[in-house]
Amino acid sequence: MTPGHSIFIIVLTVANVAGAVWLLWWMRRARGQTTTLTETTGHVWDEDLVELNNPLPRWWLWLFIITVIFGGVYLALYPGLGAWKGTLAWSSRGEHDAQRAANAARIERSLSRFAALSVADLSHDSAALNAGRNLFLNNCAACHGSDGGGAPGYPNLTDGDWLWGGDPAAVAMTIAEGRQGVMPAWSAALGNEGVDDVLSYVLGLQGRRVDVGNPQAGAEKFAQLCVACHGADARGNPLLGAPNLSDPVWLHGGSAPAVRASIADGRGGKMPAHAGRLGETRVKLLAAYVLSLSAPADVTVARAGAADAGADTR
Amino acid sequence: MNHEIVEKKVTWLGVWIALVISIGGLVEIVPLYFSSETSRPAPGVKPYTALALEGRDIYIREGCYNCHSQMVRPLRAETERYGHYSLAGESVYDHPFQFGSKRTGPDLARVGGRYTDEWHRAHLTNPRDLVPESNMPTYPWLSKTLVDANRTSDKLRALRAVGVPYTDEEVKLAGYEVRDKTEMDALVAYLQGLGTAAANW
Repeated sequence: MTPGHSIFIIVLTVANVAGAVWLLWWMRRARGQTTTLTETTGHVWDEDLVELNNPLPRWWLWLFIITVIFGGVYLALYPGLGAWKGTLAWSSRGEHDAQRAANAARIERSLSRFAALSVADLSHDSAALNAGRNLFLNNCAACHGSDGGGAPGYPNLTDGDWLWGGDPAAVAMTIAEGRQGVMPAWSAALGNEGVDDVLSYVLGLQGRRVDVGNPQAGAEKFAQLCVACHGADARGNPLLGAPNLSDPVWLHGGSAPAVRASIADGRGGKMPAHAGRLGETRVKLLAAYVLSLSAPADVTVARAGAADAGADTR
Repeated sequence: MNHEIVEKKVTWLGVWIALVISIGGLVEIVPLYFSSETSRPAPGVKPYTALALEGRDIYIREGCYNCHSQMVRPLRAETERYGHYSLAGESVYDHPFQFGSKRTGPDLARVGGRYTDEWHRAHLTNPRDLVPESNMPTYPWLSKTLVDANRTSDKLRALRAVGVPYTDEEVKLAGYEVRDKTEMDALVAYLQGLGTAAANW
């Protein structure tokens, strides 16, 4: 704020308060004047309606005076008079920063007891799963769903099937560093017919039959082009995020048209990195929670019971 | 009683009323037009690209502002969820600004980069594919309709007239930039740019 603006604001604000005081003084009851309750403004409406001209009530005048005093005190304590910051040096940003710092310290305290524990330990700790659940709902649910059930293109985290490995270290790595899945488009290399062949072979791995393509020809093409990532047995490769094609779990849909589109046009999947935003401890808590979603019953019992506590760890 | 002096002379009454009413605006609004904090862009804030500008117009056309604000207030509950509070200097190229006043859905001031482009496409086409409990409407026509590239240059020119520093080159090429782009492309480009300048603060 420039000095000119500051002076402009101060002059108008002070003039406004002074004007209010002056108005009060001007309209005050004359000294010694008594209330007669009979003086009128002289207007008459509808033959006999008149307007009394009584002075302002005392209590109302006092409220007015108190308001003016309040205004003066406020302008001294808080920013309002141009560049004057007020004797309390209060600002909305300062208050916000202080609250954030206080809350960050609270969160650090509640996270500190988890910092030294491993993901495996955390996944058996109901307080940790609570914290992980809150983190999941805030950071992961938009794509993976609030129940972790996923959506087309966004992996289901509850089915025990893992693209990039399901051990604690791999899951924590996925959350911290992110993943980039790439399925190239094969329509140019295979042609329409070739895509159909591969489609019939891939669906045939699960005993499904389609009316198009030749599975034998598809097997040959698969052995040339697909094995590098999906493996000779089509069981995938967690180092590359290549899905297992021999099970009925499909990231982008398992219908024949969806699988055909995956082969022909390729697919890309991006899991964003969270280490920078969340820090190591939160990543571990999330990994523990995510693992608990597909874990045996003893852990899921703890998760269910933990639903309504632990709001501090967001 | 002295109040007759103003109450019975209508000119005086008008003058006094105008004077009293204008003070609030003079103090709270007028300085903002001249303050560098509100009239200059915050660090890293750039004018919208032609495609993002078309996206903004679709944002307005579809009434997104009815349910989504673009204003993170300096309150802890908001900055924990959305990121750095909004600065006036982030809206200097917004004509009109999209602060909004209602949050049926979340604030979008910092939504840029939070999700992938593919997420936005799927979500705008049918939000419930990704967020089963969402009550946001579907916008399936966006990916089937092309942006009208004939009017993009005029839009840039209009914004330049109110102070957005587009170059002649940008105005001239605006139509080419959005040619053959769908409304979905434009809206996603707009959303992915929202609030991203804050990443470097």
